[in-house]
Amino acid sequence: MMWAAIILTGIGCYLLKLGGLSMPAAVLERPAVERIADRMPVALLSALVAVQVFASGSHLVLDARLAGLAAAVLALLLRAPFLVVVLVAALTAALIRLL
Amino acid sequence: MTAARPPEAGLGRDERHAIIRDGIAVGLATGAYGISFGAISVAAGLTVSQTCVMSLLVFTGASQFALVGVIASGGTPFSGAVTALLLGTRNTLYGLRLAPLLQWRGWRRVVSAQLLMDESTAMSVNRSTSAAARVGFLSTGLAVFALWNLATLGGAVGGKALGDPRTYGLDAAVGGAFLALLWPRLSDRRNQLVAILAVALALSVVPVTAAGVPVLAAGLVAALIGAIARSPDPTEIPSRDQRDSGEHP
Repeated sequence: MMWAAIILTGIGCYLLKLGGLSMPAAVLERPAVERIADRMPVALLSALVAVQVFASGSHLVLDARLAGLAAAVLALLLRAPFLVVVLVAALTAALIRLL
Repeated sequence: MTAARPPEAGLGRDERHAIIRDGIAVGLATGAYGISFGAISVAAGLTVSQTCVMSLLVFTGASQFALVGVIASGGTPFSGAVTALLLGTRNTLYGLRLAPLLQWRGWRRVVSAQLLMDESTAMSVNRSTSAAARVGFLSTGLAVFALWNLATLGGAVGGKALGDPRTYGLDAAVGGAFLALLWPRLSDRRNQLVAILAVALALSVVPVTAAGVPVLAAGLVAALIGAIARSPDPTEIPSRDQRDSGEHP
């Protein structure tokens, strides 16, 4: 099942790339296509952040992950690079759990 | 569309070297993401080989993080795959913008398509000639491909050696990773609104749906808003200026 999902995603993502390189550029002129393309990543990534931090199975919980996210926000405000942001989030949550 | 200028025209040795150097630098920086992806993926329960095959086949960071993120939160592999594919649609947009600039056909297009992602687009879309765009695309794409996959392997093997991911806060690292990917887009007010709506919707359906569904629901709402919204959109696609001014063929 996991392998099937990985291969499906791999083939699908490749075809999405190839499709873009092969389609007529006029597709981009459609404003709805452009708007959806702009909004989609924002909506998905925001929802992923929320679910990652607050969901535990089908429950919403506040735990050390929220402290990790707060630390990540701080790191981003300080313009830290990607890997630092991820590390800071992880270490903060780990420290909270130690306490 | 005018006749294509010769691909090698107007690209001196120094300019070529500078573009390649930048591409390698971007590859090194992006390789660091690969370490965190590898570690997060094995923490979510994937094997080292599944993690590495994903980096080879999928090769687009946000989609890969999404797939393992959905798995980590208990979702089915299928809902993870759908989320990853929805995020992968932005590469289609990149392709549309780059196609007239890169002007690759046949097997070159088929092979180069796998290298199409955020960084290779960023490093080629603003070039003024096909030659420069191709060098930017290939040097960045190949550097990122090599380092992303090496780093994935390193992160996955290292993550496996660590043991229980919660001890090191690796579950919190996933949220941090998504936030870092999202952050540059949040300076736009309209995107802030979309983000707030997406969070509210996703969290409100968490108690009543299977894991993985809340994220998809947020994506579908974004599609709906995009399809029906009428107001002009200030966010600009990178290649439009060039296309309107007819700067390149």
